[in-house]
Amino acid sequence: MSEATHDEVHRHPAPKGFIRKYIFSVDHKVIGIQYILLALSAVVVGMLMSVLMRMNLSWPGTKWPIMGTLFPTGAPNGVMSAEFYLSLVTMHGTLMVFFVLTTAPQGGFGNYFLPIQIGAEDMAFPVLNMLSFWVTFVGFIVLLTAIFAEGNQTIGAWFTKLGESAWGAGSGTVGPIGGWTGYAPLSALGKVAGPGQGAGVSLWIISIAIFCVGSLLGALNFITTLLNMRTRGMSLMRMPLTCWAWFTTAVLALLSFPVLLGGGILLLLDRMAGTSFFIPGGEFVSGSLIPNHTGGSPLLWQHLFWFFGHPEVYIAILPGMGATSHILSTFARKPIFGYRAMVFAIFAIGMLGFFVWGHHMFISGMSPYSAVAFSILTLSIGVPSAIKTFNWLGTLWGAKIRFTTPMLFAIGFVSLFVAGGITGLVLGQTSLDFFFHDTYFVTAHFHLVMGVASIFGMFAATYFWFPKMFGRMMNESLGKLHFWITFIGVYAIFVPFHAMGMLGMPRRYSNFGEYEFLKNSHSLVLFVTVAAIITVAIQIVFYFNFFWSMFRGKKASDNPWEATTLEWTTATPPPHDNFAGVIPTVYRGPYEFAVPGAPRDFIMQTEPEGVEVAAGLGERSGNGGNGHQH
Amino acid sequence: MAATVTSTEVIDAAVGGGPRPRGGNGFNKNGGRNGQDGEQLRFSPARYRMGVWVGICSIVMLFTALTSSYIVRSASGNDWQPIVMPKVLWLSTALILISSVTMEISRRSLKQQKDARYGRWLMITVVLGLGFLASQLIAWRQLVRQGVYLASNPYNSFFYLFTAAHGVHLAGGIMALGYLLVRTRRKRVTVEGELRRVGAADSATIYWHFMDGLWVVLFVLLFYWK
Repeated sequence: MSEATHDEVHRHPAPKGFIRKYIFSVDHKVIGIQYILLALSAVVVGMLMSVLMRMNLSWPGTKWPIMGTLFPTGAPNGVMSAEFYLSLVTMHGTLMVFFVLTTAPQGGFGNYFLPIQIGAEDMAFPVLNMLSFWVTFVGFIVLLTAIFAEGNQTIGAWFTKLGESAWGAGSGTVGPIGGWTGYAPLSALGKVAGPGQGAGVSLWIISIAIFCVGSLLGALNFITTLLNMRTRGMSLMRMPLTCWAWFTTAVLALLSFPVLLGGGILLLLDRMAGTSFFIPGGEFVSGSLIPNHTGGSPLLWQHLFWFFGHPEVYIAILPGMGATSHILSTFARKPIFGYRAMVFAIFAIGMLGFFVWGHHMFISGMSPYSAVAFSILTLSIGVPSAIKTFNWLGTLWGAKIRFTTPMLFAIGFVSLFVAGGITGLVLGQTSLDFFFHDTYFVTAHFHLVMGVASIFGMFAATYFWFPKMFGRMMNESLGKLHFWITFIGVYAIFVPFHAMGMLGMPRRYSNFGEYEFLKNSHSLVLFVTVAAIITVAIQIVFYFNFFWSMFRGKKASDNPWEATTLEWTTATPPPHDNFAGVIPTVYRGPYEFAVPGAPRDFIMQTEPEGVEVAAGLGERSGNGGNGHQH
Repeated sequence: MAATVTSTEVIDAAVGGGPRPRGGNGFNKNGGRNGQDGEQLRFSPARYRMGVWVGICSIVMLFTALTSSYIVRSASGNDWQPIVMPKVLWLSTALILISSVTMEISRRSLKQQKDARYGRWLMITVVLGLGFLASQLIAWRQLVRQGVYLASNPYNSFFYLFTAAHGVHLAGGIMALGYLLVRTRRKRVTVEGELRRVGAADSATIYWHFMDGLWVVLFVLLFYWK
């Protein structure tokens, strides 16, 4: 590598060619948008799968047009098979959790705005940043390949050649059927475990492993950037809460993804190299004895998976919390209530998240003593969560709220977080979980709190930062229409889920018609399906608004929301090095709204204070500012 | 590990040194004399060291997951059959321990601006690292010849897995050292270039010591942990 290219890698002057500028770009802003577009693509597939699931549940046995042609084995004559349904469940979960809820909030918005909000010109390691996106993208492609390896006989046959015994292929489902949790031992056995457990599962594991690597590179970059590249005056306690959220998320990703990666390697070895990490001896599957395996522990997989899996749900929601705090304060025109408490609470939620994975496994036969410990730790997460909720409400209290679309979505986030979080207290208790485990009650809980709430955080972030990213405003009327229908829609979908769960309706079943005790709840199932179809359909308005506004929206000024943080001090959209060579200096905290005596109702972070105030603050804030003493 | 965090006195002299106005972001001296200081210097070598420490955290978690599985699995069945340690692993261990020393000598030489010495010891470290990998491969070959395969016993599975995972990470370290070695040929002209080189050498050293320590832990776990 020559000196010139070396400098280019690190300081990277604005690239000229299309490929360096938009495809293999090292600019964190371009990479952020790439992540957002990846999530926007994945979420379409995930949503369509959920509609197919609802259609199958509501009208089982119906011959759907097109489906028979697309999936001749999975949906013969257009009637979806049970395996087909399970593979929809699996791929919906995997796509949503990994490629939507993990990529958009952190990889997308975090990448774009963390460096700008701390006054850095880029991420700490721009090339690594580019790699982490493209590695993630490869993971996405491999996951899509899993669909075709299982769903299509012809394509599946190509993969069969890679190893008949462990792989198997072309089961005619849409993808692997192990669920997003891929529980061993079925996921560890290969195609002997049945349709949808062949090549698709191997590709599914490989895809997740690749995704882990991409996320780890990203997390490394986020942490280093935040610790090392803050601009002058940007002390930790002057950072916007979004930065704290992205930082905590990166710490969670850094510590949890390696565990999933390790588990994935073990699982893949079980499938492809004949080891027995997770496969016990003497196992019967579909009436045949599984030979050549002894002594493996299926529960070990659950421990490894959930040690990752629980932090993962916080990886999904914490950035939403950050964005919500940021946006609530901006449109309430008030400082965030209890900034310090918010910082500690978000960190506490993140750290506690590492010690509660057992609550996913209460019915696994664990010792009641450890179950109680996991239960108490789980319920204790309610404390920092309540701190955050009350601080959000405190921020809104007595405020002259500007009800813009991002604000509506941020308030919607608070609502959904409370509605979904409160059932966490129910499920976190061992005795109640024994009944609710694997029912629709669980599905309702995690969809509200980690699924929809996170998505609302991202909608808020999209409407809020769109003008900065693309230089144009999104349409407010369409935005409000989108908000109200989505908000009512998600409650209409997920509140009945609680009732279904209490009736004992098990999740992941493709058909409830055979069960006498569930016959009466069919109207509930139908209602949810109609609500789901309407809610999914209204997202077309969002997509239209997003892409239409990109080219035709009203031109945005540099600070359309009258916000205070650094991203609003620079041009719209920001230049290649974010601040056009002028490095900002920060003099104050991030949420200085309605400061008494100030000329406007907001003060930018870069506005210097009066001389004597500045001297006092300088002494206090420089927690590393002992430079003169060396 | 405190010794691996270098100061950058030499570099400071080159930029003109002297106290600068207070600034920076208040983390880890970044804001004082050694830190970033407005337009003059936007780069601090602390970035590389920090990056490598963060990376080490994730590698620690990977091996925590794998070693926990090892401990759990050893207790979950009665099919656990440890193997007799191939003697050549003592050679591996010796090689990697020595390589840590040579790496440290190399890093200190760079700090004292003895470029030729730095390059020489870097080269020796790379050779020792490759020797370690070769020695591990020999151990594998010996085991395979005895009929000890990956899937024949859970203990063997973990043995191959640990050595392979460690070997892959060490190979990454060797590539980093190779990169440093190629770059010793060129003179740094800019202050920032020099800072980057020091930062890169420091972080490679930290990583190398970590790989050394990791091997010792795995070695003890595989052959002395009961």
